[in-house]
Amino acid sequence: MMKDKVIEVQDMVKRFGSFVANDHLTFDVYRGEIFGFLGANGAGKTTAIKILCGLSRPTSGKVIVAGTDAFRSPEEIKKKIGYMSQRFSLYEDLTVSENIEFYGGIYGMTRKEIFPRMDLLIRKLDFESYRNTLIHDMPLGLKQKLAFSIAVFHGPEIVFLDEPTSGVDPITRRQFWEMIYETARNGITVFVTTHYMDEAEYCNRVTIMNEGRIEALDTPTRLKEIYGVSNMEELFLKITRPQNNKA
Amino acid sequence: MKRFMAFVKKEFLHILRDYRTLIIMFGLPVAQILIFGFVVRTDIHNAGIAILDLSKDEVTRSLTDKLASSDFFRITANLDSYNDIDAILKKGKTKEVIVFEDNFSAKMIHQGSAMVSIIADGSEPNVANLVTNYTRSIISSFSASLAKGQSGTSGLITTEVRMFFNPRLESQFMFVPGVITLILILICALMTSVTITREKEFGTMEVLLVSPLKPWQIIIGKVAPYFFLSIVNVTVILLMAWSVFRMPVAGSIALLFGECMLYILMALSLGILISTVAKDMQSAIFISFIGLMLPSLLLSGFIYPIENMPKIYDYVSMIMPPRWFVTIIRSVMVKGVGLAYVWKETLIMAAMTVFFIVLSAKRFKERL
Amino acid sequence: MRKVLFLIQKEFRQILRNKFLVRAILLVPVIQMLVLVPAVTFEIKSVDLGVRDNDHSPESRELISRLTGSSFFRITATPLNDDQDESLLLSGKSDLVMIIPDGFAKAIKGRETPKIEVLADAVNATSAEMGWVYLYNIIMDYNRDILVESGNGQSSPQGITITNRFWYNQDLNYKFYMLPGILVILITAIGIMLAGLNLVKEKESGTIEQINVTPIKKWQLIISKVIPFFIIGIIDLAFGLLIGKLAFNIPFAGSILLLFACSAVFLVAVLGLALFFSTFASTQQQYMFIAFFFILIFVLMSGIFTPTESMPLWAQKVDIANPVCYLMRINRMIMLKGSTFSDISGDLAGLSILALLFITFAVRSYRKRS
Repeated sequence: MMKDKVIEVQDMVKRFGSFVANDHLTFDVYRGEIFGFLGANGAGKTTAIKILCGLSRPTSGKVIVAGTDAFRSPEEIKKKIGYMSQRFSLYEDLTVSENIEFYGGIYGMTRKEIFPRMDLLIRKLDFESYRNTLIHDMPLGLKQKLAFSIAVFHGPEIVFLDEPTSGVDPITRRQFWEMIYETARNGITVFVTTHYMDEAEYCNRVTIMNEGRIEALDTPTRLKEIYGVSNMEELFLKITRPQNNKA
Repeated sequence: MKRFMAFVKKEFLHILRDYRTLIIMFGLPVAQILIFGFVVRTDIHNAGIAILDLSKDEVTRSLTDKLASSDFFRITANLDSYNDIDAILKKGKTKEVIVFEDNFSAKMIHQGSAMVSIIADGSEPNVANLVTNYTRSIISSFSASLAKGQSGTSGLITTEVRMFFNPRLESQFMFVPGVITLILILICALMTSVTITREKEFGTMEVLLVSPLKPWQIIIGKVAPYFFLSIVNVTVILLMAWSVFRMPVAGSIALLFGECMLYILMALSLGILISTVAKDMQSAIFISFIGLMLPSLLLSGFIYPIENMPKIYDYVSMIMPPRWFVTIIRSVMVKGVGLAYVWKETLIMAAMTVFFIVLSAKRFKERL
Repeated sequence: MRKVLFLIQKEFRQILRNKFLVRAILLVPVIQMLVLVPAVTFEIKSVDLGVRDNDHSPESRELISRLTGSSFFRITATPLNDDQDESLLLSGKSDLVMIIPDGFAKAIKGRETPKIEVLADAVNATSAEMGWVYLYNIIMDYNRDILVESGNGQSSPQGITITNRFWYNQDLNYKFYMLPGILVILITAIGIMLAGLNLVKEKESGTIEQINVTPIKKWQLIISKVIPFFIIGIIDLAFGLLIGKLAFNIPFAGSILLLFACSAVFLVAVLGLALFFSTFASTQQQYMFIAFFFILIFVLMSGIFTPTESMPLWAQKVDIANPVCYLMRINRMIMLKGSTFSDISGDLAGLSILALLFITFAVRSYRKRS
């Protein structure tokens, strides 16, 4: 089955002065995939995702996102993607409906398009009682779900999630991943970074980053086979520990 | 105690690492002093005046010359008719028009006096006042010397004026003390109120409150670095005043510093009080800066003397902390008086400080 | 364009939800104007005079009574010696001390020149000078009258009579001058502080990143930050002028429309500058100091306390970049003198250039990418 590539990255480098945050990264992401970017804190995940979103310029390398060159036309990319940051970035002093309306609007949707879709979303999330609640007053897990829903509200091709489940309880995390599955089923590619190794199991393919380099890239099953481990945590330790020992 | 010192040290490091804020915190007073010293003047130089001379005789011409040669004025135009006055004043560059009536010398000889009309642009009242008064004094002395010419030197009163404390009549003597007052209260109140509300806004206040540190230790710890920085600031300002403006401290330096420290303490405690009222940084900044700036600038007697204000402001300015300090610092710095002359104001400032602290403590406890 | 409306809608929703802010924005200018405007005047109400009369003659008393007769001087003390003179000045009890020498009357009536000494508290140099000039004028008038009386065989003496009129502001009402000035200062401070803090706060909380990742263009973002505070500024201005009219009966000699048009250009300039500055601050505290610095400098050099012509040349050049300076002049000219468009066109042009410049700076220096 021919799957088309939504993200093509070849030898991407990002340098901050003498510090190399991303060291010749090479990978592709296919349409409809749930692609996981794993690694410890400081491995370079957030840097990479920012480049893919057009929030940062790569130092060198080829980066094509949704058919657009990230070097030359980062603004073009932004029309086709969604993004959810670690901090959720919802406006605390606005209500649920006001946040949805705002983000829909700045992606170019008209009010006629926004309101029916918003009603659908609110019903699906079972947020009717929260429609006019300030984000400030909402529990963390619900904020997270809302932030994700808003990231895909305008129907992007790819949605980038940067550590979306940090600080959230396991049950909510599970529900969150249900939402991710459904999104992928609808044809939206999901690019997610995380430092929770168990979440790696949920992805179609994962890469493991360590000190700016990609140490592994494949499906979770195959990786476990190759490295002879039974879960992703062990996999991670096995991959990164040799480096740590050397250092 | 060790915990407390660790906390203070952390606060210090926070501040010292924030280059941009530091630069402004020290650069600000320097810039203000320079501006006030060199730029802000309440006297006039080269004010534009126009002459409408309907006589054009010897007397009017020599009077015109006298006006032109004075440092205060600069003749912008010689008008031809009364109708020109409105137009030239409206343009803005000319501040007053001096009209000599026709047949000036003749009227002086035959009628005993001739008339000079000063028409000043009243839209800038302080300029108008100054210009008018200077003009009057030039004309008066001209008139007196005319009279002298007639009656010889007999019975002509001469005057000698001695300007005390500020013989060269430099405006910075009035302003530099005022600048110190203004800057200190704004910076101190702003900084303390913001640094405390910042913790509130980011939710780290709870972390502090839950630690073994007592609330008063937290407050003092946050405020202490600013105390020392402000002292450094004052020193820099005084050095600048001395080196750039040749403004010495006429009184006791120890007394001056003591009063400054008291004032700083008071401003810091005001900042703390503000932080108990404001719920986020934006509100704190609004209250500390926009709430304090103009009143401190205008009601403290710093630029506009309190005696000139309507009586009620005597009382209104009493609740303004800067008012008391302005008096103290002027008296000590420029006039050189000792504590005996300023004990009343010092006491009031101390009382205000205590008041702010007590009030803050109460409010703090309530919220806990 | 539709996107900008969504941005602006969000801004307004946030602002209106902040009760403190809404109240502060409307009340603070009003209260400060009501309280401050009556206070600010350089007009010297009265000078506290100490008089040491060493002559005790009818002539010296005549001179003194002229002083008390003028509403300007108040005799607060009669010192008896040098120390007391100085003490009066040190304590601030007297602003001036006048010493009439022994033998004053004789000298006047005879052919000598008596010398009156005046000691002045010159900490406030201008007050001292003004007080001194008033005193001098009274002494000179007295002197001339004495000379007239004593005749000396001359024909009628030649004197000069001075009349004085203040155009556009007959009673030399300081309030007419200060009110627009204070209003402008407040609007400037509020505008610069709030607009800048707003943008920096989004940086601090991370919500700006969410906007940077969307296709929103830089100019759209900047405009969306300018317009709400622009509207607030205009409302404050209108409100302030209304209060000015009701409470102080300030004149409106010129066109109100022109006044608002100029103020609009001013607001754009000032807000553009604020947003430009905000790109350099990463925390609200940093921005606060930057704004503080510039606001204070703009205000001091704006010409409200010191006429711009009195400033040294370099300062006047710096003022070319000071939007507050332009508006002060324009306001005063329109409101008090009824100056027309052609009178202020130079200033308006300057202001417009600044507005364009600052907004451009703001848009260009804003980075959607780090």
